[in-house]
Order: sequence, then structure tokens, then C-alpha cells
Amino acid sequence: MKILVCISHVPDTTSKINFTDGDTKFDTNGVQFVINPNDEFGLTRAMWFKEKQGASVTVVNVGGVETEPTLRKALAIGADSAIRVNTEATDGFAVAKQLAKVVSDGGYDLIIAGRESIDYNGGMVPGMLAAMIDANFVANCISLEIDGTSAKAIREIDGGKETVNTSLPLVIGGQKGLVEESDLRIPNMRGIMMARKKPLTILEPTDVSAETKATSFEKPAPRGAVKLVDVDNIDELINLLHNEAKVI
Amino acid sequence: MSVLVYTESEKGKFKKAALEVVSYAKAIADQMGTTVTAVTINADNEDSLGNYGAARVLSIKDDALNTFNAKKYASAIENAAKNEGSKVVVVSASADSKYLAPLLAVGLEAGYVSNVVEAPSSVSPFTVKRSAFTNKAFANTEITTDVKIVGLSNNSFGLVESGGTATIEDFSPTVSESGVSVESVDKAADKVTIADAETVVSAGRGLKGPENWGMIEELAEVLGAATACSKPVSDLGWRPHGEHVGQTGKPVASNLYIAIGISGAIQHLAGINSSKVKVVINTDPEAPFFKAADYGVVGDAFVVVPQLIEKLKAFKAQNA
Ligand SMILES: Cc1cc2nc3c(=O)[nH]c(=O)nc-3n(C[C@H](O)[C@H](O)[C@H](O)COP(=O)(O)OP(=O)(O)OC[C@H]3O[C@@H](n4cnc5c(N)ncnc54)[C@H](O)[C@@H]3O)c2cc1C
Ligand SMILES: Nc1ncnc2c1ncn2[C@@H]1O[C@H](COP(=O)(O)O)[C@@H](O)[C@H]1O
Repeated sequence: MKILVCISHVPDTTSKINFTDGDTKFDTNGVQFVINPNDEFGLTRAMWFKEKQGASVTVVNVGGVETEPTLRKALAIGADSAIRVNTEATDGFAVAKQLAKVVSDGGYDLIIAGRESIDYNGGMVPGMLAAMIDANFVANCISLEIDGTSAKAIREIDGGKETVNTSLPLVIGGQKGLVEESDLRIPNMRGIMMARKKPLTILEPTDVSAETKATSFEKPAPRGAVKLVDVDNIDELINLLHNEAKVI
Repeated sequence: MSVLVYTESEKGKFKKAALEVVSYAKAIADQMGTTVTAVTINADNEDSLGNYGAARVLSIKDDALNTFNAKKYASAIENAAKNEGSKVVVVSASADSKYLAPLLAVGLEAGYVSNVVEAPSSVSPFTVKRSAFTNKAFANTEITTDVKIVGLSNNSFGLVESGGTATIEDFSPTVSESGVSVESVDKAADKVTIADAETVVSAGRGLKGPENWGMIEELAEVLGAATACSKPVSDLGWRPHGEHVGQTGKPVASNLYIAIGISGAIQHLAGINSSKVKVVINTDPEAPFFKAADYGVVGDAFVVVPQLIEKLKAFKAQNA
């Protein structure tokens, strides 16, 4: 089985979010970048397939040279090879188009992407990719088993979960549950040394234009100070929620 | 040319988010000088959509669409949009709508923007405000394609009743084959989901153990709320994973969010910040959640929550 894991390179979850250039660009100053958490779960599941069922695992990112340390980290975790499509990730559609080209040139059977990236939160790349390459697609995937070309997956739905049967070629939008937090791997020294020798191929992009464009960013308005209610005066809390906030 | 809106139903009954997306579509249609057409799949009482601004309803009744299937549903909606010549399609932020929207976008060659929080600031160029960076910021985003898909964040626009009436037409779309089939669905019946809930009652590690969730569920029941939890609580197996909210869990956009024994770590707040009113109950006055909340009680959950339940019951009895 040939597995492709799509990796988006995102600010660490504790990052302070600021903008520059008149609020038109994300300010990367002092920001630490990591593998998107949803993709890390997917990558770890891919390693499981590789070790238990036999598979090759390639990781891919659509982005500039600054994303290479993130790809190297994925190699250190155990992926066999990496691809970087050398273009700025302008919107979900454009990224999906680039990935579609990588998939059809590489002949991958299983494409593991994340439910959403925690920076842009588009939640659209995996679905668009699946539609473009006419593969099956499971969103919010929390469990995946493969047997030959058949697949059984569980997807999270509002208020529960759903078990589905499908087959390869398959794209999933994965998240926690694919593996547990305790299964995630921290690269060790040997992994890091080996990662340096693994192939990281840089592909030139195909010509596509974005369909959407972020023209400016804003931060939420600063909020007023919290109103404290005394423990002995819970009636006051109910009063405030009813008469002031009007939410009960 | 009408604005097309996909109105989701469950067992025939419209979800609240469906009424919200119709209200929202009506606002866009007014801006563009056109009307709203709703697409329904195996729904009852379609005429009720008129009250929220739909002028027409394309009613699909098809046993093959009894269980949700993203590809089949997307193809049906695509068919409707093409028939109508719609330039704008509106969907909700439910798990199902977020599943089908990217497929629909490719089918319609439409630019798709998710997590939109208000009416477009302009329809030419078509510009919407969406939440990004897991609620730590907003991005004003222009959709440059001819056909546009807008995914509205739940509880961000509200319901607007216009008192109108809708005409209902049967619609039989061509539906694609799908290589994904449902084997089983595991869903608590009659429980409010985090996505649909107007109020969410959420608890963290401060509750000490799973045996103490009885009062959280009771509080939720009194408020007609969904229950949620912080990440460590689901990691520890005290609560199901589906209740985990935050940056790496489910997003919450409720009207009221009550956090009990939750410290307010940045990753937790990121996922719940778009809730309108936040209440924190925590023994530690220095807990970061107090900086993010509207109302707070510095106190022991085991004292405050039972009191709150009693007082709310009395309040409900009085206001019933
Ligand atoms: C990559 C990453 C992603 C993450 N994603 C998420 C996420 O999506 N969602 C999430 O929630 N977390 C997430 N976290 C974890 C987050 O950083 C915090 O560790 C977590 O939110 C803390 O949970 P908590 O508030 O329940 O527990 P604690 O931080 O242990 O807080 C417990 C609180 O309870 C209070 N307390 C104790 N006893 C009582 C009592 N009797 N009555 C009232 N209050 C009491 C304490 O004062 C304390 O403030 C993530 C972390 C990382 C690194
Ligand atoms: N620039 C990118 N390069 C590679 N994969 C990406 C990129 N952006 C998004 N993805 C994948 O698509 C998923 C969903 O991203 P998004 O649609 O941006 O929320 C991510 O979890 C990744 O798996």
C-alpha cells in the first residue's frame, strides 16, 4: 500500500496570533511551527500500517522552504520520503489542486489528511482533493482499518459516531482517535539522523489560481472585565444571565 | 439566480441550524436583490421555512437519501444549484454540511469559505468575515469565483422571522453513486449535541473524577444544554471523546458556555471563544478562565453547582 500523509505546517497551539503589514499578513515573528495536530495523529496511524501491514509512507506539504523542518520532523518520526510542492499555500482549493497532481503522479492508494488545519481552519482540503481525484472520502475520521482494498472507518458525527465501509483509493480527514495521544511519537536521535538521509523532493507547482483570498485580519475586540458573583449569591448569577445577558 | 440554501433535517425535523442558514441566506438575497430557494431532503413541514425568508422550497423525497451520504447529498444540491442558476449557496457548520461542502465546491467550481460569522460586508466583491486561527482572529475573505459557497458558523447570525410564505416544489435530482456506505450509527437519541446546543455545560479536571458528573448532567438537563469537557477529562477516559472541546476538539459557538473546574488554558479557550456569554466556576481566582469570561464565581464546584441547579429549577418553575 502506498500512503500519502498531507502535512500542514501550523503555529504551535500556544502561539500568540498577531498580524503585520496593515493587518494583511500573519506575523510569524517568534512563532514556533509544528506538524498540524490532526496530521500528527494521521501520520502515526500511517506508521502503524507500515509496521503492521506493510506500506510505504510519503509525507507532503504545499508550501515554501520554511516548512522543511516540519517535513524533516515527519521523516524523523518514521515516514520514508517527503515531497514539498514549492508554492505558497494560498487557499484550500489551490492546495488541493497541487495535492491532486502529486497523488495522480505518485499513484497513492490511501491519502491521510487532517480534519482541519488549526491555523486557517478551512476543513476543506481533504474533501476537495477527494472530489478532484474521484477517490472515496471520509471526514472527521477517528478510526481506520484496511484489509486489501477494503476499508472500514468510523467518523465522528454531531452527537455520536458512524461506522462506514468503503474502499481504496481513499482520502480521509483524520483526527484524534485514529491513534491515541499516548501513541504519538517523539523523534529520537536515531530517527533524526536517519531523517537527514531520507529523500525530500521539491516539486514545482502546477499552474492554479486561488478561489478565495484573505484580504485582512482582525483580532476579537478586547472584552470587559469579568463580573464576579459571590458564592452565597447564586440568585444574582441567575438574574444577570436572565436580565443582562439574556441567555436563560 | 436565487440564493440557494441547504436546510438540514433529522428524521424529517429541521435542525435549528437550518432555520439559521435560511435567515442568513435571506440577508444575502436582500443585499443582492434576489430571493431565497431552500433545498430539503426528506424533510417535513417545508412551508415553515417561509417564515425565515425562503420564497421557494425544492423538496427532495428519496428513500435512497434516507441516511446521510456526503457524495450523494452534494450531487443532489449541486443539481439544484445548477437548475436554479444560483451564484451563492449557503450551508451550515454541522458535521454533515462540512463534510459535503468541499465536494459541492469542486462540483460547482465554486470558492468555498467556512466558519463565516456575519452577513457579507460587500457582495461585489463578495467579502465575508470568517473566524480563523481557532477563534483567535478573524479573516476578511473575498471569494473570487462566479459561484460562491458560504459555510455559516452555528449561532453566529441567529434566527430572523420574516413572516413570509414559501411555495413548495417537488425536485428529483440526479444522484451520484458513492463508494462509502454506512454500516451503523451510534448516537444518543434525544440528547442535545454540542453543535446544535444554545447552551453548553462543560467541566474539567477540577471535578476530580467521572463519578462526579451527575451534577453536570443535571445542570445541563435543567438548562436544556449539551455537556462537554476539557481535553484531559476525555484523555483520562472520564468522558467520551466526542465531548472534548477546544482547539483540538470540537468547536463551541453556543450562546452560553458554562465552564466548571476548567483552568482556561489557551488551547481550551481557542475552541470556545466564539461562544457569546461565558461563565466560569473555579476555586482559584487566578485561573486564566476569569480573564476570558463574562461572569465568574470563585468557589467550589461541589458547593456552587448543586445550588445553581436548585435555584435554576426554582427560576424555571417561576417563569414557566
Ligand atoms: C497541542 C495541545 C492541544 C490541546 N488542545 C486542547 C483542547 O482542544 N481542549 C482542551 O480543553 N485542552 C487542550 N489542551 C490542554 C490544555 O493545555 C490544558 O491542559 C487543559 O485544557 C486543562 O484542562 P482542565 O482545565 O480541565 O484541567 P486543569 O488545568 O487541571 O484545571 C483544573 C481547574 O479546576 C479548578 N478546580 C479544582 N478543584 C475545583 C473545585 N472543587 N471546584 C471548582 N474548580 C476546581 C482548578 O483551580 C483548575 O483551574 C491542549 C494541549 C496541547 C499541548
Ligand atoms: N499546505 C498544505 N500542504 C499539505 N497538506 C495540507 C496543506 N494545507 C492543508 N493540508 C491538509 O489538509 C488538512 C485540512 O486542512 P484545511 O482544509 O486547511 O483545514 C490538513 O490537516 C492537512 O492534512
